Amino acid sequence: MAKKSIKIRASLKDDVTTVKALMTHPMETGARKDKKSGETIPAHFIQEVTCESGGKNLLTAYWSGGVSQNPYLSFKFKGGNKGDKLTLSWVDNKGESDSAEVEIG
Amino acid sequence: METDVKRRIMLKGSLAVGVLGVAAGAGLLTPRVVLAAWPKEAFAAKMMPEMLQALLGSDSAQESGEIKIKAPDIAENGAVVPITVSTELAGASSIAVIAVNNPAPLVASYELGEGTEGFVSTRIKMGKSGDVVAVVKADGKLYSAKKEVKVTIGGCGG
Repeated sequence: MAKKSIKIRASLKDDVTTVKALMTHPMETGARKDKKSGETIPAHFIQEVTCESGGKNLLTAYWSGGVSQNPYLSFKFKGGNKGDKLTLSWVDNKGESDSAEVEIG
Repeated sequence: METDVKRRIMLKGSLAVGVLGVAAGAGLLTPRVVLAAWPKEAFAAKMMPEMLQALLGSDSAQESGEIKIKAPDIAENGAVVPITVSTELAGASSIAVIAVNNPAPLVASYELGEGTEGFVSTRIKMGKSGDVVAVVKADGKLYSAKKEVKVTIGGCGG
């Protein structure tokens, strides 16, 4: 998998940390056909995204191919501190994976 | 004659080892493919009740005004429809996003950790106009809300 497929930012404001992440992934449903050859493009999409900080799981996302190409994900949590490390990782249906770490700012 | 038999046993033995080796190799090569947690049945389900049953263990969801879906009224491009679900329901532990008229209606399911707020935002594909349903599990009960999105150009198939 291409390096650095994840762009992530986490910002703390009034005790609530907002995490925004952008992943680079084709997110093929497996139902689309190649216009030229007429062959079905095999499914290739992120199935699971997990985000944790300080050994605590913050969010687990299970996705289908119905999530748009180059998926965007945003969520909020309480109890984060500035400088805390936060890790986001994904695994797709082909077993490829990537993860990124960011400091809460 | 005797050597011949032995040779045969040897061959059999090595063959068996070979098969085992291949099996183990295959297992090792796909370390994380088997995602036991990924709710395959729920993603394959076409109807809401069976989907919710498979995903959240209950097939009925009560409509709730405390779930808000932020989505465009008209989506010009069905391939990218921004959906934000937020809820004030206490004890919300999971949020599911469903596009009712999609070939695979269940788009995303989120499990919220402790301290994580009832808020998720994603961009989804929509094949055609229809309701976007959000199902929130809070304190073991299911609550839902929906919003209609009109799609001008579909985002599924091609």
